[in-house]
Amino acid sequence: MRAPLRWLRESAALPDDLDGRTLAEALIRAGLEVETVDHVGEEIAGPLVIGKVLAYEVEVHSNGKPIRWCQVDVGPHNHDSGSRSVVCGAHNFEVGDVVVVALPGTVLPGRFAISARRTYGHVSDGMICSPKELGLGDDHTGILVLDEPDLTPGSDAVPVLDLREDVLDIAVTPDRGYCLSIRGIAREAAQAMGIAFNDPVDRVVPVETTNGYPIELQSDACPLFVALTVTGIDPSRPSPRWLARRVQLAGMRSISLAVDITNYVMLETGQPIHAYDADLLDGPIVVRKAGEGEKLTTLDDVVRPLHTNDLLITDASGPIGLAGVMGGATTELSLSTRNVVIEAAHFDAMTIARTSRRHKLSSEASRRFERGVDPEASYAAAHRVAELLVEHAGGTLLAAETVRGTVPGRPSTTISDTLPTQILGTDVDHSSVVRLLEAIGATVTDHGDRLTITPPSWRPDLKDPYDYVEEVGRLIGFDTIEPVVPTAPVGRGLTRSQRARRAINAALAARGFVEVLSFSFASIADLDAMGIPSDDQRRRLNKIVNPLSEASPYLRTSLLPGLFAAAVRNLSRGNDDLALFEAGSVFFADDPQTAAPRPPVTQRPSAEELAAIDRALGQQPRHLGAVLTGQWQTDSWEGRGVTAGWQQAIAFVEAAGLAIGLRLDRRAAEYPPWHPGRCAEFTLPTGERIGYAGELHPDVCTAFGLPFRTAAAEIDLDALIAAAPTMGDIPAISGFPVAKEDVALIVDEDIPAAAVERALRAGAGPLLESIWLFDVYTGPQIGKGKKSLAYALRFRAADRTLTDAEAADARDAGVAAAVQRTGAVQRTV
Amino acid sequence: MSGPNTSYDPVQVTPLNTESIDAMVVEALAAFAAATSVAELKQARLTHAGDRSPIALANREIGALPPQARKEAGVRVGRARGTINEALKAREEQLKAAEVARILVEERVDVTLPVQTQPFGAVHPITALMNLMEDVFVAMGWEVAEGPELEAEWMNFDALNFIPDHPARTMQDTLFVEPEDGGIVLRTHTSPVQVRALLTRELPVYVVCPGRVYRSDEYDATHLPVFHQIEGLAVDKGITLGHLRGTLDHFARAMFGETRTRFRPNYFPFTEPSAEVDLECFVCHGSSVGDPDHPCRTCKSEGWIEWGGCGVVNPRVLQACGIDTDIYSGFAFGMGVDRTLMFRNNAEDMRDMIEGDVRFSRALLGTAR
Repeated sequence: MRAPLRWLRESAALPDDLDGRTLAEALIRAGLEVETVDHVGEEIAGPLVIGKVLAYEVEVHSNGKPIRWCQVDVGPHNHDSGSRSVVCGAHNFEVGDVVVVALPGTVLPGRFAISARRTYGHVSDGMICSPKELGLGDDHTGILVLDEPDLTPGSDAVPVLDLREDVLDIAVTPDRGYCLSIRGIAREAAQAMGIAFNDPVDRVVPVETTNGYPIELQSDACPLFVALTVTGIDPSRPSPRWLARRVQLAGMRSISLAVDITNYVMLETGQPIHAYDADLLDGPIVVRKAGEGEKLTTLDDVVRPLHTNDLLITDASGPIGLAGVMGGATTELSLSTRNVVIEAAHFDAMTIARTSRRHKLSSEASRRFERGVDPEASYAAAHRVAELLVEHAGGTLLAAETVRGTVPGRPSTTISDTLPTQILGTDVDHSSVVRLLEAIGATVTDHGDRLTITPPSWRPDLKDPYDYVEEVGRLIGFDTIEPVVPTAPVGRGLTRSQRARRAINAALAARGFVEVLSFSFASIADLDAMGIPSDDQRRRLNKIVNPLSEASPYLRTSLLPGLFAAAVRNLSRGNDDLALFEAGSVFFADDPQTAAPRPPVTQRPSAEELAAIDRALGQQPRHLGAVLTGQWQTDSWEGRGVTAGWQQAIAFVEAAGLAIGLRLDRRAAEYPPWHPGRCAEFTLPTGERIGYAGELHPDVCTAFGLPFRTAAAEIDLDALIAAAPTMGDIPAISGFPVAKEDVALIVDEDIPAAAVERALRAGAGPLLESIWLFDVYTGPQIGKGKKSLAYALRFRAADRTLTDAEAADARDAGVAAAVQRTGAVQRTV
Repeated sequence: MSGPNTSYDPVQVTPLNTESIDAMVVEALAAFAAATSVAELKQARLTHAGDRSPIALANREIGALPPQARKEAGVRVGRARGTINEALKAREEQLKAAEVARILVEERVDVTLPVQTQPFGAVHPITALMNLMEDVFVAMGWEVAEGPELEAEWMNFDALNFIPDHPARTMQDTLFVEPEDGGIVLRTHTSPVQVRALLTRELPVYVVCPGRVYRSDEYDATHLPVFHQIEGLAVDKGITLGHLRGTLDHFARAMFGETRTRFRPNYFPFTEPSAEVDLECFVCHGSSVGDPDHPCRTCKSEGWIEWGGCGVVNPRVLQACGIDTDIYSGFAFGMGVDRTLMFRNNAEDMRDMIEGDVRFSRALLGTAR
């Protein structure tokens, strides 16, 4: 809502020297969201004056354009000739007309500086202004001609045209519907500054009377309908300048006198007004719900099929308006309208909100009705429209008027007089509570320690006891409340999962991986590009009904496409060496997808309802993913670096496990999007599969624009953390010497190193302290299809120094197991 | 070693006289002093203190002396040997020290060479900041609660007193998930975690709820459709708006140093009374307001920074969670983590937070500060 300061002054006795910014601060403290204060016209400067056209000559120039060479009387600014000479390209004025002249030195809105300049063979001593040039709207078809011959030539045009004004732009929250009006904001301003409020709503709604235009109410959603008739208006009359200017400053366009008046009164009182061309109405107006299959063409020329819950204004011809949202085309005011029926009705907020949402049609009227309009304002607002039509359009208000229905009752609430103190945490005594609530217009019945409160008609949001606590709080000022830190009970610190995630993040960062965040959205195209088969669980997609981008309308089931995109973005920016990781939720839809129940909110849902809610949400495990490309360690003065590859992707997963005390098993696997020969599958000690790491399939690299040999990893982080050991035993540390033995084993090339190591460990028994593969050799010395694995073994006993023979026996037992299980042959060195 | 002289020989042994012994000492000392390296000293030691050195030979002669002369000669030779050995040792130490000093000079390296043995990793600034925020509350005995990002409308709206079709619903542009009208949304705030905390935890409840949230909002320098929030909830007997002010003042000081908060009344369906919370600028403390010569980029010279929303929990929310509102009351608050990062660390463009550029992630070296 845009509120011009001068308009506010009509209802609130604001001090003369008060500027928009000071008022804004007071309103902000009172709880209004003043977004900006526009200093409209602040850039206007210099001699912008009223002028009177004394004479002009029409000259046609070589470009075929006729111009007028005008002599304009600008009073004290005249030259000795008794006028100033100005070239004007417009033709919509006559000798004697009063116009606005920007003399040299004037600065117009948009910092448009005017100087004397040579044009069309004359020196034009300024400019005669159009409405657009003055910031008075979009009209640039001609100059502004003022229909006021009494204005003094040479006087300042700024005050005459209200060119300078402070306008407060207020974002009205849903509970403050009454502030979608000058009346409401002025009331808040008066309250905030402790000054008098002069209510523009100056008459109460009378008892039902049906003398005027016949109205029938057939729905509870319309409890009150005021109809006045004004006849004989002159549709050719323009809007008075002040009225059009205010409507314009408030952010609406000036359209025609009758429409401007209805908008003006709506802006002033908050009561939406609709005006019908009385000659186009067909019989009584009936307010009712829509029937099956009914249609309405609204003012915006859209044919709208109606829903049986839509509230309609109808006449004998059928629907003529979508109540509280938008009027219909058939009874629209036009330039030939002479007789007008004015509607000021009250509609149920929720009905209007649903209709507005259903038809995706939000109007000035619906925005107000949704938030609650003061029903007590309806009669006064209708009369204000009628008065303005009579005054400015020359019409006659018929004495016979219709008031159908009554102002709906308002629920009263009883609260304890200590509730504000209890909730605010500062003492507000009984009499202060009563005084403050009465100050907002509520009626308070004092029962001693309990107060029964009826809200004012413009505050339908006040229903609950705490609503009144808020009113008391904002009136005393939240900043007067003493800050006190509450004492929480002893806490248990972070959960196991939270600690684990922090440890993993820190470990991965310390290992050289860079955490990134990406959007949680996904596309089928990405899954296809990763080569994911149709029955893969990563195809169990949740689809977003209203996605941000049609290109990715799903929720991610894998972190990899997001990481790939981040990698590509980095590469395009010249960040070549990448080890990115992300930890975040992925989303697997349930099949079939079910709806989440929405039980009533007046009580705690049942365990079954809560379980059904969680079931409908599918699985949302946290995953951990990585992508690597470029150099893992860069070339340096110490030597050549290390290229990032499948090894680092695997190390990434192992580091995550080790960060929380977990060693993972791994074996070769074929799983898209990885290279079938360079993909490791990780399993927990329980055998549960938790993810994959390795080099990406070359086709995937091509599809995503990644360099070949890009490596990646992705695991189920929640599953990893759930499997992390707790507590655990620390063995006695033996002080006896270590015995070192090396062995080299030749095996077939396709035997996994891990199998050989497992066999060595199993065979060597408990004396084996550690084992380390220090060399892998393939080559002519051992023959084709073979590889040699060289291990360093360390043996130690807890209770004695091992003899050479004991260590050798343990080593041989290990080798024997490897021979038996993997077909290894010990290599003689 | 020669054995004791058993066959008496009265001949005076020349080398044992004082002059010769002294000469041996002088020669030896001179030779040691002349040695300029450990190797040269070794040679001098062999010559002057070795088995075949004059002094060693002289020592051997002692046995040949008559018994009454042996003692005197023994003392003389012994002293001389002591002097020689001490001198040798001293010179040896000197030379070794010199050698070490030389080596240490020769081994000097350029310690300013890059020594990166590992790639340069980092935790994302949002993650780091979120952890820092959590820690403030954990230190007060609060716990950290989490919940699903794909959430039921009941949790995200209904239980939080967002009445269906009420304009408040449209305050948060929501992403809905199929089935259409299936009551499933991407959570628009972490408040549903508060509802879950109230449904599952024993009272009193003191929790913060950090996490990722979604709005069908603009994507530009100051708006992200996917961003992060941290919300707090305290439900206990006798909780007041004063407790909320105290908690947020403490939170603000823990995060920003000397500062305070300001409440502006506002509207949220789930709190009543509700307020927007502003932070006094922790950089200029308002001194930049109206002082164009000393602008403040943190608060844009406004003195206050919009930080989040807060209020007393609407009793309707507690009722939906089955809590007796005659006994319990609560407060709640929520802040944007991304927004906080923006003004706390002067980040210019919010899109950088979600675009994955490693330079952004590494900007604070993986720390929260």
